[in-house]
Amino acid sequence: MNELVDTLQPLRWDEPKAAYDVVIVGGGGHGLATAYYLATRHGLTNVAVIEGDYIASGNTGRNTTIIRANYGIPEAIRFYEHSLEMYAALEDETGAAILHQTKGLIWLAHTEMALRAERARCLLNAACGAETVMVTPAEIKEMVPQIDLTGGGRYPVLGASHHLRAANARHDRVAWAFASGAMARGVHVIQHTPVTGLLRDGDRVVGVETVRGPIAAGIVLSATGGRVTALAAQAGVRLPVRTHPLHAFVTNNYAQGFEKIVSDTELFCYVSQTERGQMLIGAEFDAQPSYSRQSSFAALRSYSYKVSHLLPFLRNMRILRQWAGSCDISADFSPIMGFTGVDGFVVTTGWGTWGFKAIPAAGEGMAELIATGRTPELIAPFALDRFARDHVLADQGSTGTR
Amino acid sequence: MLWLTCPRCGPRPLDEFAFGGERRPVPDWIQGDDARNFDEVWMFENPDGVTSERWFHSAGCRRWLTVRRDTSTDTLVAS
Repeated sequence: MNELVDTLQPLRWDEPKAAYDVVIVGGGGHGLATAYYLATRHGLTNVAVIEGDYIASGNTGRNTTIIRANYGIPEAIRFYEHSLEMYAALEDETGAAILHQTKGLIWLAHTEMALRAERARCLLNAACGAETVMVTPAEIKEMVPQIDLTGGGRYPVLGASHHLRAANARHDRVAWAFASGAMARGVHVIQHTPVTGLLRDGDRVVGVETVRGPIAAGIVLSATGGRVTALAAQAGVRLPVRTHPLHAFVTNNYAQGFEKIVSDTELFCYVSQTERGQMLIGAEFDAQPSYSRQSSFAALRSYSYKVSHLLPFLRNMRILRQWAGSCDISADFSPIMGFTGVDGFVVTTGWGTWGFKAIPAAGEGMAELIATGRTPELIAPFALDRFARDHVLADQGSTGTR
Repeated sequence: MLWLTCPRCGPRPLDEFAFGGERRPVPDWIQGDDARNFDEVWMFENPDGVTSERWFHSAGCRRWLTVRRDTSTDTLVAS
């Protein structure tokens, strides 16, 4: 681990000023990336990121770190493919080690219907610049020798789509890379300071109220995950978002290599190996909305049941930790980025189970939107007013969840 | 896992039920039929606290029930 510790960058924490040009609520990947690109691409450094707990303590530090672009609608494929490319270059860009590793993702199909959907996904991905190809069960077995192709006799594997450039990266290091890069250029990152409300001047949002007093802002970005509905309501903005818990767990070290990320469109679970060698397993979010981060035995039992049918070796592993995060699931299963119709208040939300992979591209897009006042083409389809315009981006089948 | 008490089947695990959404009025400050219909269709209250919601007993008697639940803690509340 020494070489990893050596590359850690010291972070310098600042006391909040009374006013900033830009205040970003939420010190997760999205908030920090936006601050980083505001500073590096647009020279805006009078910026504060305000985090209620410590940076990356929310969903940035709780997700299963899969970076992929094999979506089912052109707008999403282009956006996530750009993000995937930015991730691949992020160590060079920021100079911080994020332990990025290109692995390839195998997206299993158990029925003819699912196979057909995967063939369509491959064609659409190819048309939009993402590399995804169909693979046969024999090819899957070659790439993932541990797999039981009969699925325990219950879930036979008929084939899969192979998303070649899918990757993993270490989540807290991504947040630290953006935080240290932004702080080195003068951005203030303020931890342990919950935002309790928005300051209004007529219809306009002019700052935030925090437990350490009010902070004025030229523009406020909500990059918070979890309680975004309550924050937006203070600006009079309604959001088509519901917050559901999602659980994940890791096992003890698996001595053999597990090169690929394995995901399942019908069992709704995904498995990868962390850089420490632990097997990391996640599945679909809970049916009921909740802000509870209490993980449950029921989730553990359900996820273990699914993955051990596909990968029987997992039955002999020990579970080290389990946890839960809060997923803001939007009504059409696509993110919401951009203007809200209220002056001085912009959002990046609805990141559901697909937020981590989008951090660089969403941060870059939101930074350009804030700096120039214009919505960049790449994120324009994800505007909040798409629901009123009847241009929803329904893509639930690509979220790996249900 | 939560267990919901179905009026017909008694206490059953949550897995047997499908979430049918929170019961909510459209806020009074939203004016006009179109705006109210839009809010009804697309927006969620997403409350952090006690809420009243509909569940469908999809793997049981296939009828609807109303449940009061605290979303902060994901626990049931007596109605």
